[in-house]
Amino acid sequence: MNFDFSDDQKQLRDQARKFLTEKCSPKAVRVVLDGKAPYDKELWKGLAEMGFLGVAIPEEFGGAGAGHLELCVIAEEMGRANAPVPFSSTVYLAAEALLIAGSDAQKKKWLPAIASGEAIGTLALFEGKGNPSPKSIKLTAANGALNGVKKPVADGAIADFAVVAARTGSSGRESDISLFLVDLKGGGVEVKSLTNLDPTRGQAEITFKDCKAEPLGAAGEGWSILTQVLDRAAVLCAFEQVGGSDRALEMGRDYALDRIAFGRQIGSFQAVKHMLADMYVSATLARSNSYYGAWALSTNASELPEAAAAARISATQAFQHCAKNNIQVHGGMGFTWEFDCHMYYRRANAMALALGSLSYWEDQLIDRMRKKNAA
Amino acid sequence: MNFDDTPQEAEFRATARAWIAANAPRQYEDELRKSSLGRTQLKNADILEVAKAWQKKKADAGWACLHWPKEYGGRGSSPIERVIWQQEEGPFGKLSHMFIIGHGMCGPTVMAFAREEHKRTYLPPLASGEKVWCQLFSEPAGGSDVAGLRTRAEKDGDEWVINGQKIWTSGAHYSDYGILLTRTDPTVPKHKGLTMFFLDMKSEGVEVRPIKQASGASDFNEVYFTNVRIPDHQRLGEVGDGWNVSLTTLMNERMSIGAGVSTGFPELFDYCSSLMLEDGPAIEDRAVRSKLANWAVKASGLRYTSMRAISALSKGERPGPENSIGKLVAGSMIQDVATYALDLQGASGVISGPEDAEVAGRFQAMLLRAPGTRVEGGTDEIMRNIIAERVLGLPGDIRVDKDVPFNKIPTKGRN
Repeated sequence: MNFDFSDDQKQLRDQARKFLTEKCSPKAVRVVLDGKAPYDKELWKGLAEMGFLGVAIPEEFGGAGAGHLELCVIAEEMGRANAPVPFSSTVYLAAEALLIAGSDAQKKKWLPAIASGEAIGTLALFEGKGNPSPKSIKLTAANGALNGVKKPVADGAIADFAVVAARTGSSGRESDISLFLVDLKGGGVEVKSLTNLDPTRGQAEITFKDCKAEPLGAAGEGWSILTQVLDRAAVLCAFEQVGGSDRALEMGRDYALDRIAFGRQIGSFQAVKHMLADMYVSATLARSNSYYGAWALSTNASELPEAAAAARISATQAFQHCAKNNIQVHGGMGFTWEFDCHMYYRRANAMALALGSLSYWEDQLIDRMRKKNAA
Repeated sequence: MNFDDTPQEAEFRATARAWIAANAPRQYEDELRKSSLGRTQLKNADILEVAKAWQKKKADAGWACLHWPKEYGGRGSSPIERVIWQQEEGPFGKLSHMFIIGHGMCGPTVMAFAREEHKRTYLPPLASGEKVWCQLFSEPAGGSDVAGLRTRAEKDGDEWVINGQKIWTSGAHYSDYGILLTRTDPTVPKHKGLTMFFLDMKSEGVEVRPIKQASGASDFNEVYFTNVRIPDHQRLGEVGDGWNVSLTTLMNERMSIGAGVSTGFPELFDYCSSLMLEDGPAIEDRAVRSKLANWAVKASGLRYTSMRAISALSKGERPGPENSIGKLVAGSMIQDVATYALDLQGASGVISGPEDAEVAGRFQAMLLRAPGTRVEGGTDEIMRNIIAERVLGLPGDIRVDKDVPFNKIPTKGRN
């Protein structure tokens, strides 16, 4: 038993941190936050050059062929830096869907383009309010053409292709759902940018009108593939959230050390210390749950569904908790646009919804625990 | 990142499992499985005797205090082997409860500071459970502020004479020996005038009085010392260095991380799986599921945090103050879990007669014991201070008594 990342993986983390500290300062994040660019193109290019976009993509498809543990340590750094790039949509969702269900030709077409930074991908799953469920999918696929509306689609306005969940049956079962691959630069697609809680990551509405699409995976297997994709993404997002939690905690700690009130550092007041200690506790629990998720993901263990749900819940709570209390430690200054606290607050709360909200994952966790106990 | 056993670990596990299967007191397994915080009891046997017999049997076969050196009654095992043993020992591990303080805190302190002959004399019977040890630190005037203790030790020839009172001493009523923190110099600031000893609890002048807790049980005691004489060779560490010696004790407490803390979650999950509410099984209720999920990730988070600590330990890293989170999280969690389990039963949750003992009684016992968990071994507030100061590097509290001679520190809040 060894419940830690290897020295090589830790070195990769340091390398990613160094790169992102340099190339993804809060100032750079603000360019996207202020709406001056849809995402940080230079950073995206740099991530490709570093080999980070394709770290878990096999070498035969243009990636580094490392693995998911390596992707986890990079994800943590992406979260810590609040990187304004379509990393999660492209790498955790689109690439993972291709790795799980893509044909050889599909993988050859898209995976090298992801690794080199030429193609941005996303998953088009949601259709308005509500959490992931086969019932909520109304967009239809018939004769290789899609009709319907997806909203919100993360990074939809900048994506080159999308994995689209579509209804191909009406039996009321999961097997009604199939996945399709759509080149968003082709015809039959109308994309509208949506304003959203976290402007550093875009959201879009995509309307498909007789849009040509090719199946991804077998017909009727869509929901089962999606479940696997969401579980993998849950672990990877959890690492981003862990990175974000740590950064928010650090910001709060640093401010508590620098700020003087009543003639002393505010970090010497127990009310402030205890708030920061509680942030540390939730960040630590989240990290530990995420490590277990990383192990399950990297070994494709049967524990993955339960581990992914636990990591997702724990990391979501931790990031929300740390981002919220970081503002509280900062007092009034934390509530200004000028200070960076709100960027983490926005990201924490947007990420909490990205793959289905907490109540969805709570439900999933209990279902999965019951299944395990019954087995 | 690997959760699977290495071949050596698998072999160790198989050996441990086979020995436990052949030797554990199986007749108590069911009752031990159902035991939880505040209620570990056997109906037809004295749990202390059963515990001592099991410990002795383990010691005779080399399964006691696994991480201790062999010459002191241990097995010289790695931290991971110790965890494997605990996993395999399962419910029988609950019988080790009465030895936790002796094995986790007193033993390591004796090992670090006693002379060699004492180590060889006292440690093996401590490991085998033939002798039980307690830890005499807290006092009426020094709880969280342990360094404010007032029990005096005065030198008289080759002996020290002890006068004073300790409180919250777990297991003093069945202990044979204790480690004792005393004040040897009241004229210097409080941390500097302390000295540590070990003593025979049967010494003349030692009086143990059980404390009746809010739960009705008596796990703790007051211990009074009246002209108790301790030979100087039973001193642990230098005169005046007792505070540093006590830090060793407390650091070793953290090394007992593998023991795992009780959160009440498995009990609640089982309960909700069988409980029928008006609209069906509790576990299918939306609100119940949400609560369960939130506690589930705390329980798993603690489990994996301790695994991370064990991995660090096995690489030779020292367990740090970050391991304070176990008790901090579990203490209030078990209290909340117990409250919620009773809530699910509606008005009848209040009843704890024998017919309801299996469920209501179990969670009531947890509820009534839990406040103690949040206080003993460092209150929630002290734990948060430790995390804030020693992990996050925040400033210590402003201490008005830090540089003041102990006998000049005020003792009353209001007149």
